[in-house]
Order: sequence, then C-alpha cells, then structure tokens
Amino acid sequence: MSDTEQSVRPSIKRSPEALQEAEEQFLIQEQQDPASPYYRGDTPSPSCSSPPARRRFMLGAMAALGAAGAQGIAHAATPGAIERKVPPDATKIQGVGVGVDDGGYGMRSQFETEVRVRYATKTTESSWSFTPLQNSMGMITPSGLHYERHHGGIATIDPGTHELFVHGMVKQARKFSMADLRRYPALSRIMFMECSGNGLTEWAKPTMKTVQGTHGLTSTSEWVGVPLSTILNEVGLKPGAKWLLAEGGDAAVMTRSIPLEKAMKDCLLAYGQNGEAIRPEQGYPVRLFVPGYEGNMSIKWLRRIEVSDKPFMTREETSKYTDLMPDGTALQFSFLMEAKSVITFPSGEMVLRKPGFYEISGLAWSGRGAVKRVEVSVDGGKTWKNATLHGPVLPICHTRFSLPWEWDGKEAILQSRCTDETGYVQPTIKQLVKERGIYSVYHLNGIQSWKVAANGEVSNVHHY
Amino acid sequence: MSITTKHLACAAVLALVSVTASAKDAPAAGKKTSSPHTYGFGTPVTEADLTQFVSPLPDGRGLPKGSGTVMQGEKVYTQQCLACHGANLEGGIGDRLLGGRGTLAASSGGPPIKTVESYWPYATTLFDYIKRAMPFTSPNSMSNDDVYAVTAYILNKANIVKEDAVMNQDTLPKVEMPNRKGFKPAGR
Repeated sequence: MSDTEQSVRPSIKRSPEALQEAEEQFLIQEQQDPASPYYRGDTPSPSCSSPPARRRFMLGAMAALGAAGAQGIAHAATPGAIERKVPPDATKIQGVGVGVDDGGYGMRSQFETEVRVRYATKTTESSWSFTPLQNSMGMITPSGLHYERHHGGIATIDPGTHELFVHGMVKQARKFSMADLRRYPALSRIMFMECSGNGLTEWAKPTMKTVQGTHGLTSTSEWVGVPLSTILNEVGLKPGAKWLLAEGGDAAVMTRSIPLEKAMKDCLLAYGQNGEAIRPEQGYPVRLFVPGYEGNMSIKWLRRIEVSDKPFMTREETSKYTDLMPDGTALQFSFLMEAKSVITFPSGEMVLRKPGFYEISGLAWSGRGAVKRVEVSVDGGKTWKNATLHGPVLPICHTRFSLPWEWDGKEAILQSRCTDETGYVQPTIKQLVKERGIYSVYHLNGIQSWKVAANGEVSNVHHY
Repeated sequence: MSITTKHLACAAVLALVSVTASAKDAPAAGKKTSSPHTYGFGTPVTEADLTQFVSPLPDGRGLPKGSGTVMQGEKVYTQQCLACHGANLEGGIGDRLLGGRGTLAASSGGPPIKTVESYWPYATTLFDYIKRAMPFTSPNSMSNDDVYAVTAYILNKANIVKEDAVMNQDTLPKVEMPNRKGFKPAGR
C-alpha cells in the first residue's frame, strides 16, 4: 500500500476520491437489489434517485464487469458463477446434470454477487483490492475473495520450473523445486493476514462508506506448507545470522527483511490455501507466510531467501511501509498487526427497515495471539456488553463475534472493542491520532463506529 | 480401588499431564527445535548460480561491479524513467523523486512529501530497487552501469551528490542521505 500516499501532495487525495466515486456507483446498484444488505427499496435516497434501476447482475464500476451488463445482455454471469436458467418451479424439471456445465470445478450461486473491490491506484499492476466483509460468514474468507496487494501485477509461474534458492549465511546453499518442498512434513494453520494499510483513509475523518472500504484488507484462510524452520535447518545457519531477505519472483521482485527469530518461530512456506493450491494472486506456487505481521512481509511467488547478519533496508521497509510520526521521524519494522475488530452487520450504508431484533455480528483478530474478549457498545461507548465468541477461537485468526440487539428505533452508535490474550485492548482512533498524528498511513487499528440513524440508515462516523 | 491401581491411575494422569505440557511448550510451527532434522532434499547451489540475484546491504556488501556518472545517468533517465517520473523528477504515474525536505514533521503544517530526497535513508536502496523493479514496463532490463548512472543522476538532482560524482560499489554506500537518522525501530 504505498504508491499513492506519498510524494505529490495532490495525489494524497486523488485515490481515495476515486475510490469513493467507485463505491458510490456500487452502492447505487446495490441499493436497488432486494437481496443486498444495502437495499433501500422504496426508501428514497439521494444516491439512488438519479440512475435507472439495473439488474442485480450488473455490479458496475466496483466489479469492473464492464459494458456487458450495462447493455442488458441477458444473464451475464456474476463472477465465479455459472448463469443458469431459473425454472418457475425447480421441483417440476430436472436440475443441471453432474459435471454438465462446470467442467468439474464447482461455482458459487449466480445469485451471490459480492466481489473484491480495487483501490483506484494509478496502475492496476501496483494496486490492491478489498474483501467484501459485509457479507462474510464465519471466519474463513473464500480464496477468491481474499484481499490482494500486488506491487508488479499477478505473476504467472509454472510450478514445474519454479525454484526457491536459500543462501547467504548458511552452511550449504540449496535450491528447492516445488516437488522438493512438498516432500517435507507439512503444517496447516488457519490464520488471518491483514495489510498494514487497512483503514488508511480513516485517520483524519470517516472516508469510506462501507466496511469493505474501511476494513476489507484482512482475510483468513487455512494455510498449508512447510515450516520455514525446517528449510533453514536443512541448509544450516551460520553463527551470527540474524535476518533473512525474502524475495518474490514477480515483476516487482518484492523484498522484505524478516528477523531470523520470527522465521524460526512460526513462519511458513505456504503452497496450500483452503484445501487446494494457493491462488495465483496469493503467490502461486509458494509464498512466505509471516503469522501476525503486516501482510506485505508474506512475500508471494517466493523465489529466494538470503540469510544475513543485518536487515537489507529494502525500498518497502524504508520508504514505504514505515510509519511517520508527528515529530518527523518514522517507526520502522512495525511488524505486528495489533488487536482489532469491526462490526460487519449492521455496517455502513446498510438500512435497518424497522425497529426490533437484530443480531450484531463482526470479526476480531490479533497478531499477538488469540482474541480473549470482544465488547460491543450500542450507545457510542458509554456502556459495553461482552459479545459471544464463535469458536474455534484460534491464535492469529479471525474470530466471529455476535450480540443480540433490540433496536428501539432511536439513533444508536455501534462499536466493538477487542482484547487479546496478552491483555492488549483495541484503542480508539482518537488515542492513536494523539500518539501518531494523521500521516502515519499504516497500522490504524482503532475502534470503528457505525451510526444507526432513526430512519435505520447506517453510516461511517468517528465517535469517541 | 486398590492402592496399586490408584498408583497406576496417578501415573497415567501424570503421563497425560506431561504429554499435554510438552505439546504446549512446542513451538507454534510444531517441530522439534532441539536437534534439527535434515532430509537431504533440494539441490546444492554454487556462487555461480547466485550471480543472477542482487540484494545489497547498506554497507555495500552485495553491490555488483560497475559504475556510472551523473551525465550518463541523465541519458538513462531520459530514455527509461522520464515518461513516468517526469522531466523534473516531479512524478507522474511513478513516484515523485525530489523535494520535500522539511515537510516530514507535523509542524511543517501540511501533508508530508516523502521522496528519495526527503525520506529514503540509504542510497544503496535506490540502486537495489531500480535494478530489480525498474523501469516499470520492462523491469530488470538495465545494466549495472546504467543503474549506477541513473542513481547518480537522481542523487545529484536531489542535491545529495555533486555533478562530477561517480557511483560504484565503493562510493554508493558512502553517500549520506538527508533522512539517514529519521527512522527508529518500532519494537513491535
């Protein structure tokens, strides 16, 4: 997350503004879809009064489906789905035969439309996309909806020729084919990964309208691979080794320095995700996974590890993923993703149609370990109630929480606050701004506030 | 329950406890760390296999041979960089490279301008990044001489090195960047 916020002053505004426009287009269409959480039905609202109603399959600018939907071509498929004819009564006609139209790889329902949304950076190759948390269920993110951050596009790599070199301060430099890596004893862990730029638009004021825009750079998958310690043991570390460089085989040849202590503790060379090979956009055929640390360190398309005594001070860990403080100095190697939570339902731009029962639901996570407690407030932080944590509650993993709520039809401010197993408590945005100012870009883990207006409309607000 | 079976039961409980404890003590990666196990998989590589990679450290270790002047760098910049970074290194599709000194602190009154000149702490990083990832449309296509040259050019335009500067594996690590002391470890 580093190509827009620096350098030219006007560009600081350009991208968020473009994204806001894209979000607005997305909402205009969702607001007319009865199945969408953003449905406004006959409730007039300024944003849905102008353009004509469109079919729900037309996701518009956000999904980048393009002109096909706009021209009303019948049954343009929603991404990841096969568009099938809907019979008037499915009990009176045979359904689709096994393997007839899916080629043996199952698709989601044509009625499910949520997609990742790209941030409007100057190029599509150096860009990122957000997970649609507003529709998320449970704790796992479908692989196709896992957030993305690429610095030189999605590399296309043949696993049959891919090699991982491990060298530097090692006793025997070696290279490993994918077949080699897969021979090692494997390990599986369900873990979240979050971009340190998650929420970068929200420091000074509420900017994005939906939870996808404010929090969508976090996702959870089951990751399968070889512990990095196994490979480092294989090559043998020389005395004095303290860091390693991880290098990607993409066009950015993305590099980060990783402390050796962390590498030996719990890092993974991941080739599996949610029961199958990792997706190209997640680093196929193999990526580094650095549990609990900022996502960009989990180098994708991993092709090289160089062990050294000192950090390499690469572009990404000096000029980019560093956190500028008000005194003009910057925090470097701010690895850890600290405890955070967000209510995904109800969340920004949704509408509660009438007073009554609602289940407040959301996600909590911490790079330090397991979530111990999530508290929810419906009165802007005056009083808090413990939410139910839905197991399994795993370390360094999204944890689903919920709280039953009777909405009385009056204005309410919904907030969630996470405490992890180390006792760390998620701070308010105000506390973070007081300490770090508004220009540190990264690591915003403050408490999110959603305002429910008396008419049921939910919006993103800053409320302390 | 006889005394004997009681003892056995106790022993069984103790054994269970110790198993649980050792599982808990194991590192998260789940592998033993006491005696590293090797498998012999993979293929040994030689120095020659590794010459394709470049990753210098700030002290200059890992910088390849080659050299370039500011004047040579201007030519390289015009051909390879100008389209994205602008005639005056002011940025465009690519990052702005110059200016911004004195804007990093909140007391400067506006948003910080983070550039090579104002923000980057090490000159070796510039060589490293250009070599690996630039130009954007054909990354990793420039010779070491050209990369040293364009590095010299950018550093000169940033008023960090003089017009007659020659950049190579000895001189580049000695360049003192303006924001060299601007970073501290976050400790988390």
